[in-house]
Amino acid sequence: MKVIGSPLGERDIRSLKLGEQVLFNGDMITGRDEMHIRALSLARGGGDVPREILGSVLFHCGPIMRRSGEGWEVVAAGPTTSSRMDSLEPEMISRFGIRAIIGKGGMSREVSEAMAATGCVYLAATGGAAVSLAEGIKKVTGVEWEDLGMAEAMWKLKAERFGPLTVAMDSSGGSLYENVRLSLRR
Amino acid sequence: MIKMPESTEDVVVKLLRLANTKLPADVGWALEAAAGWESDPTAYSQLGAIMDNSRKAEFLGRPMCQDTGLPVFYVRGKFDSSLAGEISRGLARATQEIPLRPNTVDPITRENHGDNLGGGMPIIHYKPTDDPFTEISVLPKGAGSENMTRLGMLDPAEGVEGVKRFAVDAVLDAGGRPCPPGIVGIGIGGTSDLCVAMAKEALLRPVDVPNEDPALDRLEQDIFVALNSSGLGPMGLGGSTTVLGVRIRSAYCHTASLPVAVNISCWATRRATARITAEGVEYHQGAAP
Ligand code: SF4
Repeated sequence: MKVIGSPLGERDIRSLKLGEQVLFNGDMITGRDEMHIRALSLARGGGDVPREILGSVLFHCGPIMRRSGEGWEVVAAGPTTSSRMDSLEPEMISRFGIRAIIGKGGMSREVSEAMAATGCVYLAATGGAAVSLAEGIKKVTGVEWEDLGMAEAMWKLKAERFGPLTVAMDSSGGSLYENVRLSLRR
Repeated sequence: MIKMPESTEDVVVKLLRLANTKLPADVGWALEAAAGWESDPTAYSQLGAIMDNSRKAEFLGRPMCQDTGLPVFYVRGKFDSSLAGEISRGLARATQEIPLRPNTVDPITRENHGDNLGGGMPIIHYKPTDDPFTEISVLPKGAGSENMTRLGMLDPAEGVEGVKRFAVDAVLDAGGRPCPPGIVGIGIGGTSDLCVAMAKEALLRPVDVPNEDPALDRLEQDIFVALNSSGLGPMGLGGSTTVLGVRIRSAYCHTASLPVAVNISCWATRRATARITAEGVEYHQGAAP
């Protein structure tokens, strides 16, 4: 299986094909509804956001974490439903240059357009495969905005052979979800 | 209340651990069977990842999904008013010990106290009976699937066809969001509130136990076939496995109404039951009647 690693450049992203399966190595951050809201409201007000957001691989995930010594251990970390972030993601992508989004269920046409404009892909992780996916997270390197709660905080993670991930929305407007939707037999 | 061989609080912790770490056998078998007939490679890889994950969760004693949901409790038999407190304490302890993800927040301020409790929590449905036991079942329900819930107050003239169309549309419109292939709970009849409650309670019946009502059994099969020929597939990425089962519960309704509710459950349909008698506690995952 193809392995991709951070930092991901626009060329790397644009070379990924719809339906292809990949594993991911390197740095990623988690973010759900509240993280998106906070990052955007800070940026809109001219404030600083944690630098890890810039050019990031953003994992839609609210993990279960356990304290271990000084740091944290990942107990379970599967993707959350990405469409909840549909209204916030285009601005996230264009402001922060997000390179890849890992989630489940897919995202809207507007998100797809924002992805195509800057070079970003949507990688589908198997929903609920939280124990297997946690195995691909070697280290929790930090956490921001812990006041948002365990699920909503922004966790900084180091991944190794994280996946398998399916390129479900590519950087030229293609979407497996859209293809399936259009050919559904009702 | 039955005299307890162990505290109810302990029983609740064990129940939550069992439900979250071990997939019920009927669900596991249904996934195996689905993988056997799935020819789409993406779909097959999704099913493989799910089964692999479930085995690891059981082996490591970890929650199979990070969304340990809101546990919905069903209590049946003999019990008294102390039970709610015991269940709450058990849930708070399980949140620390297993651990479960702290999911409950104030709906307006979104404040999270970290213990899975809070106003109105946990959700407990009571059914007092004269049986010589207390039975507690738990159904941890994640938000990915719960958010796809639909209630339709159909016109009686729409009939069974209307019910079927409503259920199929609810599942197909949800797409990959509720982590298919799962189980579709359907409530038919009652009032709006009873209808939604039935749709959820229907998920307690294992997929290998047929509906006692022949007409509803046929309807379950019809909807099952319609959904699995739709092409939606595991995680909405295409394939021939969209659901593992369809479960219906019904009640009489007003002559002018035809309520239908759909409560989708993900592949991680988690359930566990403890039957407490004077002799001991028996645990199983084949759910309550
Ligand atoms: S829908 Fe189910 S399997 Fe998917 S993330 Fe939620 S709880 Fe887990």
